[in-house]
Amino acid sequence: MAATTPAADTAQKQAITLKVNRKTYKLDVEPRETLLDVLRERLDLTGSKKGCDHGQCGACTVHVDGRTANACLLLAVMQQGREITTIEGIAPGGKTNGQERLHPLQAAFIKHDGLQCGYCTPGQIMSGVAVLRDGHADSPAEIREWMSGNICRCGAYAGIVAAIESVKKGDTIG
Amino acid sequence: MWVASRELATRWCVANSRQALSLVLDKISTLVWCLIQPMTFKNMAKKLLGDPINRVDGALKATGRARYSADIKRPGMLHGVLVMSTIANGKITAIDTADALKVPGVVNVMSHQNAPKLAGMDKNKPSEIATDRVLHVFQDDLVHYNNQPIAMVLAETLEQATEGASLVRVTYQTQPVKLPLPAGKADMSTPKQMPRVDDQVDTKRGDLAAGLAAAINRMEETYTTPTMNHNALEPHALLAYWEGDKLTMYNATQGISGCQKRVAEIFGMPKENVRVITQFLGGGFGSKGTTFSHVMLAPMAAKLTGKPVRLVLKREQMFGMVGNRSATVQRLNLATGKDGKLLATAHHSITQTSDFDEFAEPAGTITRMLYACPNLDTTHKFIRANIGTPAPMRAPGEAPGVFALESAIDEMAAQLRMDPLAFRLANYAETDPNKDKPFSSKSLRECYRQGAERFGWSKRPAQPRSLKNGNYLRGMGMATTVYPMNRGESTALVRLKPDGTVQVETATQDLGTGTFTIMTQIAAEVFGLSPDQVTLSAGDSIYPTSSVSGGSRNTASTGSAVTQAAQEVLKKARQMALKDPKSPLFNVAEAEIVVQKGGQLQQKSNPKVGEALTSLLKRNGNKPLEATVQSKQGDEKGKYSMNAFGAVFAEVEVDELLGEVRVTRLLGSFAAGRIVNLKTARSQVLGGMVWAVSMALHEKTVFDPRNNRVMNANLAEYHVPVNADIQEIDGFFIEEADDIVNPAGVKGIGEIGVVGTVSAIANAIYHATGRRFRDLPITVDKVLA
Repeated sequence: MAATTPAADTAQKQAITLKVNRKTYKLDVEPRETLLDVLRERLDLTGSKKGCDHGQCGACTVHVDGRTANACLLLAVMQQGREITTIEGIAPGGKTNGQERLHPLQAAFIKHDGLQCGYCTPGQIMSGVAVLRDGHADSPAEIREWMSGNICRCGAYAGIVAAIESVKKGDTIG
Repeated sequence: MWVASRELATRWCVANSRQALSLVLDKISTLVWCLIQPMTFKNMAKKLLGDPINRVDGALKATGRARYSADIKRPGMLHGVLVMSTIANGKITAIDTADALKVPGVVNVMSHQNAPKLAGMDKNKPSEIATDRVLHVFQDDLVHYNNQPIAMVLAETLEQATEGASLVRVTYQTQPVKLPLPAGKADMSTPKQMPRVDDQVDTKRGDLAAGLAAAINRMEETYTTPTMNHNALEPHALLAYWEGDKLTMYNATQGISGCQKRVAEIFGMPKENVRVITQFLGGGFGSKGTTFSHVMLAPMAAKLTGKPVRLVLKREQMFGMVGNRSATVQRLNLATGKDGKLLATAHHSITQTSDFDEFAEPAGTITRMLYACPNLDTTHKFIRANIGTPAPMRAPGEAPGVFALESAIDEMAAQLRMDPLAFRLANYAETDPNKDKPFSSKSLRECYRQGAERFGWSKRPAQPRSLKNGNYLRGMGMATTVYPMNRGESTALVRLKPDGTVQVETATQDLGTGTFTIMTQIAAEVFGLSPDQVTLSAGDSIYPTSSVSGGSRNTASTGSAVTQAAQEVLKKARQMALKDPKSPLFNVAEAEIVVQKGGQLQQKSNPKVGEALTSLLKRNGNKPLEATVQSKQGDEKGKYSMNAFGAVFAEVEVDELLGEVRVTRLLGSFAAGRIVNLKTARSQVLGGMVWAVSMALHEKTVFDPRNNRVMNANLAEYHVPVNADIQEIDGFFIEEADDIVNPAGVKGIGEIGVVGTVSAIANAIYHATGRRFRDLPITVDKVLA
């Protein structure tokens, strides 16, 4: 059963500084605000998705100091001084021949149709980038195992594995 | 190129000037009402297996820039968090909101005590339409199921609303609870209708008793499947706001036009005053095809507070109020003569509906038509339970029903010592035995042949428990898969511009199937253009009405509308050319003018004569040509049985000591008419096959028998496959031309991947272990038992 009095202390705002996608943000947040909600509601970085809010689906996967994390399980106030990277921060930006420059894995997801509805895609790509960087993409079986923290309800798993494999083979890990 | 309606605020503001503009456009446009279709559709696109182009919205999705309904903000917006019932049957005696209202930022708590009254509540009753359900929108104090929405806390931030919702205290007067299947037995009755109203509830063919008596081999078994929940990864979400009496909703829906109609109906307001926008949709699988209660609750709260309201369901709230797949108990009888031909088939299904509404899972409909059998009975009954009403869930009826049928077929083949594929071929239905009509096309033999060859079916030893891989028993199984061609009504506008680009407008949504991509391909092909020369404006009810994305029907429906509208524009271009003395095609017979790659009109018998569509239009006033076509099924439906077919092959490995089942290989061959885009189509059928792995091995909603509360209402305990659960998986398409089925020539591919694959896996487990598992999902405990 819930507490009988409003939890005023957890609602007391604190001034924090977050470093997201190489940008610095100064903002006042309540201690109870998750990193995911701050990214989405305060910083308008809505690429990270909320699928379960329990760390079970992986749709909110971001990188914190180079490691994958479920942003729904992190409190924003505890992420000061850390380098946070979201799906919005992995493409090099700019254009080549009129085409948007993407991270190689983003391009591979499109080419291999490693997505359908696209809702899990930002989380899949963030996990995929980490799997490639950390050297866990040596075989389809290894990719499947290390990518199993991200649910794709549409069932695009074959395309996801093909996309990660293709980047691994192309040796163009960004 | 695809353009989401991103400049929406602007567009809404200019709605009036837009209406004025559309009046002008109407004068140059022809509205073609194609209410009765000709029996064959001329000028059909020729390419049966369409180019595997990338999704038009792929980059937006891969970069995180795609805005789903919960990503949309509005100044002054409030966050709504629902309070759910904790009993399954009874009455609310008090709602104490005092503590909730003390939370800073909480502005209101909406419940039956203060909710706006809805003018269209007389329409809130069991409906003939599968997507219109009885809703719970705070108009009374009754509770019919556990996890029913009963109040909504509105606050400035999500955290405040969440805290407020935790502080609302509700007291109830409880009533005894009616349990769901398999224990539930309350009020068993025959449903008044099936979700597809043309499907009969019960059927009889020939004389079942005589067929059984004449048979040499008989089998009778009961197959059971559990309640399941759709669990699209995107929770149901909407942002609703009012401007005077006009309502705008950014809503995650599989049916923009149906949602617009239903909301208008329940609020008792003109449809024109409701605007529904779905720029991106994070899956639905049926649960967003129905306009459920939350879609009314957010606009009600917006009305109550005078502010925009965003309501996003929590994952645990998606186990009840947004539909489920009914559990089933199915009894199958099969009987064969000495030649292995079916003499009698009976399929008796019991499903469940809610205590307040009627949705009948049509589990037995495929049994009526899949094989030739002279004597056949099928019946459907449902019980009533205090649960949220079931709804269509990816292959509703077909998925559990064909699991039972194709398992029984496999059991009979084993009893006859016949190869399961040979047994199916021996009972091949050349015409639809249920409708007694020819098939518009049926390439199932080719699916069997090519699928078996690619899979290596000939290497399957007849005897179960013959194959091993280390500790694992290995088995191979197969099944037939099928899905009826469904077609709804859709309208599309196609506009060919003098610069050679094409604009397509239709309200349709893309729930991940690839609709936005393939609509550009369909239009481009008619003009001989490249898809990047086509711009689609969609995902918004300001565009012409379109079909629901459900029952694998949207390409058949909206794709046909786009095809016909494009053909109508092309016809105008032909006529313009033959009447234009300056055109090389002047006075050439209309039927002699064909379109070639690059948007070139040519004389068929003399390809050197012709000109580009662009030069024709530029010379003739430099104005666009356009047509709007409303497209729907004609009398072909009465003359033919129209279905997609396929064959699915599965290989599994079973560790008997650990009870572990692994699907090591899955291969599906499908004949579904024209395939518009081989890349997105393959993803569709593979996704369906992943759903079958899920249904065969993982998914089950577990109810607490004391109060019907779902005990695994989260994605850790409600199991769906993760990447490691899916190993080798592939699907391919047989070339199938069907110019009867609809103008787009397509049959639909959203569901056929699921249907037969469930039993192919179960049959492979039998082949591995020699044991039949007739109760889904086939989990470790059952294998160990």
